[in-house]
Amino acid sequence: MKLAFTINGQEIEIDVDPDTPLLDVLRNDLELNGPKFGCGLAQCGACAVSIGGKSVRSCVTPVRAVAGRLVVTLEGLGTADAPHPLQQGFIDEQALQCGYCVNGVIITAAALLDRNPNPTEAEVKSELAGHLCRCGAQPRMIRAILRAASSAAGQK
Amino acid sequence: MKTSRRQFLQATGSLVVCFSLPGCAKQSASGAGTTALGNRILINWDGRVTVYPGKVELGQGIGTAIAQLVADGLSIDIGRISLADVDTDFSPNESYTYSSISIQQSGPAFARAAQIGRRHLLQRAASMLGADLLDVSSVDGQIVLRGKATNTSYWTLLREANTHDVVDVDDVAVDLQGDADVAVGNSIARLDIPDKVFALGSFIQDIRLPKMVHARIVCPPAERATIATYNVGTAESMSGVQKIIRDGNFVAVVAQREQQARLAANELSQSIEWHVAGDLPDAQHIHDWLSDTPSTVSNVVGGSAKPIGSGGEKHSATYTRPFHAHASIAPSMAIAFFRDGQLTIWSHAQGMYPLRTAIAHTLRMDVDKVRCIYKQSAGCYGHNGADDAACEAAAIALEFPNVPVRLQWERADEFAWEPYGSAMKIDVSADLDDDSMVTAWNYDVFSCAHTSRPRDAANAGNFIYAQHKANPLPIPAPRSIPQPAGGEDRNAVPLYEFAATNVVKHLASSMPIRVSSLRGLGAYANVFAIESFMDELAGARNVDPLGFRLAHLGDDRAKELLTKLADVSGWSTRPKGGTGIGWGLGFAQFKNLSSYVGVVFELTVAPSTGRIELRRAVAVCDAGKIVNPDGVVAQIEGGIIQSASWTIKECLQFSKNQITSRDWASYPILRFDEIPQIEVHLMQRSNHKSLGVGESAQGPTAAAIANAVSHACSQRIRNLPIKASAYDKIVS
Repeated sequence: MKLAFTINGQEIEIDVDPDTPLLDVLRNDLELNGPKFGCGLAQCGACAVSIGGKSVRSCVTPVRAVAGRLVVTLEGLGTADAPHPLQQGFIDEQALQCGYCVNGVIITAAALLDRNPNPTEAEVKSELAGHLCRCGAQPRMIRAILRAASSAAGQK
Repeated sequence: MKTSRRQFLQATGSLVVCFSLPGCAKQSASGAGTTALGNRILINWDGRVTVYPGKVELGQGIGTAIAQLVADGLSIDIGRISLADVDTDFSPNESYTYSSISIQQSGPAFARAAQIGRRHLLQRAASMLGADLLDVSSVDGQIVLRGKATNTSYWTLLREANTHDVVDVDDVAVDLQGDADVAVGNSIARLDIPDKVFALGSFIQDIRLPKMVHARIVCPPAERATIATYNVGTAESMSGVQKIIRDGNFVAVVAQREQQARLAANELSQSIEWHVAGDLPDAQHIHDWLSDTPSTVSNVVGGSAKPIGSGGEKHSATYTRPFHAHASIAPSMAIAFFRDGQLTIWSHAQGMYPLRTAIAHTLRMDVDKVRCIYKQSAGCYGHNGADDAACEAAAIALEFPNVPVRLQWERADEFAWEPYGSAMKIDVSADLDDDSMVTAWNYDVFSCAHTSRPRDAANAGNFIYAQHKANPLPIPAPRSIPQPAGGEDRNAVPLYEFAATNVVKHLASSMPIRVSSLRGLGAYANVFAIESFMDELAGARNVDPLGFRLAHLGDDRAKELLTKLADVSGWSTRPKGGTGIGWGLGFAQFKNLSSYVGVVFELTVAPSTGRIELRRAVAVCDAGKIVNPDGVVAQIEGGIIQSASWTIKECLQFSKNQITSRDWASYPILRFDEIPQIEVHLMQRSNHKSLGVGESAQGPTAAAIANAVSHACSQRIRNLPIKASAYDKIVS
C-alpha cells in the first residue's frame, strides 16, 4: 500500500505494509540513523521522532499513522554546518557517553523547547523521565538542554 | 605547490610505526599500507594520520585519549588523526577491552611509539637539510631548523622520499623524552561526539549492506529448556519468510524485511513447545543457596580458611547483592556474511580476536576464514549478549549464504539471556580494641563466577548457540579470576591495615543462572560490604567514620584523597543523624592497584514511606596522570549514576522456571527525574602513571548510599537493593 508523508522537509511516497513500525521504515527503507531500536515497547525512548511537533515513539507507531503528517528525525533538526541549538549544546557540554539514547533525548527536548522555550531544570528532568540513559550522562544532558534554551533565547 | 588529481593519485610515501604489548600476540610488521597487520600508527604523505588501536571505543572515550597521546608524541594537531575500528584483518590483537586497563596498557605504548615515529621523521629532515638532529624540531608536522620554520614537513619528506618506512618500536631500546604535553592533560572534546549528535552513522546498527536480510532467534523460555514438540505453525508460509533454521534447540528465522522476521519469530514462539527444566534456585533465598551450594574455597589473604580472633570486642554482619543486568539500551545484534568459504562478522563485542577464535571453533571453521570487524553499539558495561548474537548470526549465515544476514535480539531476548553480574553474599566480622582499632578481620565472600567469556576454543561452550545446537560443546567450569585483579574477590582485600586479616572466597561450582563480567565484577559488592562495615564499626564506638578510616590507612594517596573529600564535601558540616537527611561515605582503590575514588552521598529518606531521594554526590578521584580530565569526570559521573541505580533500584527477577525481568518495567533503572547533582574533583598526580577509571566509582557509590541511609534514619540496610521503611524521625 502506498503512503505519503513528509520526512525532514521532503515529501515522500512509499509502498509498504501499513502495519510496519514507523521505526523500521525510517531506519531500513529511508536509511535514517537518528531513531534507534531500543525496546520495541515504547519504554526507553531511543526511537523517538517528531510527528507534527510532538515527540512520539516510532517503534510502536504503525507507518499508516503518519500518512500526510510531518515527521522529523535527528537528521532533520540540524547538520554539522547548521546545527540545532540542542545539537550544539550536546557538543559543548560533551553530553553523552555511548550516545545511543541521545536521539530520543534531543527529539523530546526539542519538542519541550518549542512549547516552553525557557524550562526550569525540574521541568527538563520531568519531561525526560520517560527516556532511559544507561551510561549516566543525564547531568550533562540536562545542562546541554538548559544551555540550548538560553542560547536560543539569546538569538531572539 | 598545487597538486593535480593525477599527481595526488600517484603520490605515495608513508611511515608506519609498530609495537606489541606484553601479553598480546606479537604480530610482525608486514609493511606499509592502511591494511597491514600489526601497524599502530600510519603517517601518510597527505597530512593524515591513522591510529590502529587494539582496544575498542565503547562510549568511554578511549579513542580520543589515545589520539591525544599520539598527537603529542608526533607533535601534531589532533585534528589530523583518525581512528580505525578493530578488524581482525589488520588491527593489532589486544584481546578484550575490559578491566579499565586500556589507558594503562595502550596509553604509554602509543605515546612512546609516536615519539619514536617523530624522531624517525626528524632524522629524515636532518639528513635532508644537512643539519644536526638536535637542531631540528617540528610543529604540527612542519620542520623547524634552529627555531626557524622551514618549508619542509613530515608530509613533504614522506612524499619526496616516496618510500614506505617502517619503524618497529620493539626494536628501539631507548625511551625518548617527549615534548611538553599539549593535548594530553586537557579536556579535548571527544572526537566521536559530533557524528553522534548529527546521526552520521556511528553505530553498528547503521550498517546497511546490499541485499541484507533480517533474522530473529526464537529464544527458549529458559536455560536448559529443550524442544518438546517442534511445530513451525504458519511461519513457513508467512510473508517474506526465507528460511527457518533449526539445529537442536537453536531456532532462527530469516526474512526479507525486519518486521516479517519479527512476526515469524513470534509465530514460532507460539508454535514450539518446550520442556522447561525448572531448576533455578529460589529467588527469595538466593543468598542461602550461594553459601550452601558446593563451592571451591580458597584463601585470598591470611593463610587459613579458619577465622582468626584477637580477643577484642566482636562485631559481625552479612551483606548481599542480587543478580544485576548489564541492561544496555541497545539489545545485542550482529551482521554475518558467508560467501566462498569466507565468513565476515560485524559485531559490538569487546574483543574481536577472541570472538573470531571461539566462533571458528564453534562452527568448525579455519580461523583464517573468519574475519571479525568491530563497530560500536550502545554502552555494554561488560560481557552482555554481544558475543552470543555474533555467534548466532554467523551460524545463521552459514545456513543462508551469499547475502548479509542481520540478526537483532529483541529487548526480552537481551534481558532473559545476557550473562548477569552474579549475586553475592559476604560474611564479615571484626574485633575492636579499646582504642577503636581493628585487631582482627575475617571476611568470606560467596559468589558465582564473574567471567564466562567465550575467549578461545576451550571456552566456546559459553556461547548460548554452542549449548543449544544439536552437538553441543561442553560448558566450561566456573573460573575464578586470579588476584591481584580478582573476580568474586576483586577488592575483597581491604586497603585498610588491620593487625590481622583473613579473606576467603567461595566460588560456586555451578551456574544455574548465566553470569559473567559486569562493570567492577566483585568489587561492587565487596566495597559495599567493607565500607558499610567500617561505618558500622565507627558507629559502634561513636567515632567519625572518615576519621576511623584514616586511622586504619597507611597509603598516603588514599589518606590525601579522603582528606580532600572531607574538605570539598563539607563533611564537618553534615547534620546529626536520624533527621531524615543523611550523609554517607564510601571509598576504595579499584582492584587495590588502580584509581582511587571516594564518594560522599547526601540523600533524604521520607519518614512516612521510607522513600529515598538522592540529592547530591561529591566524588574525588585519583587516576594518576590524567590524559583527558573531562573524560575522567564523565566516567566517574556515569559510574556513580549507574551504581546508584543498581544500589537503590535494580534486582533481576526470576522464578524457578525462568528469568522474569524481561523489559524495563520488570527491570526498572534510575530515571532522569531521580538523578542527583554530581560534583567530581580530580587529584593532580602528573608524576604518577595513568590509571583506568571506568569501574572505580561502582563500589564506593553503593557504600556511600547505604551509609547515608543509615545516617538519615538509623536503618542499616545490608541487602541490596536498598529499600528503607517508614520511621520516626528525630526532630532537630
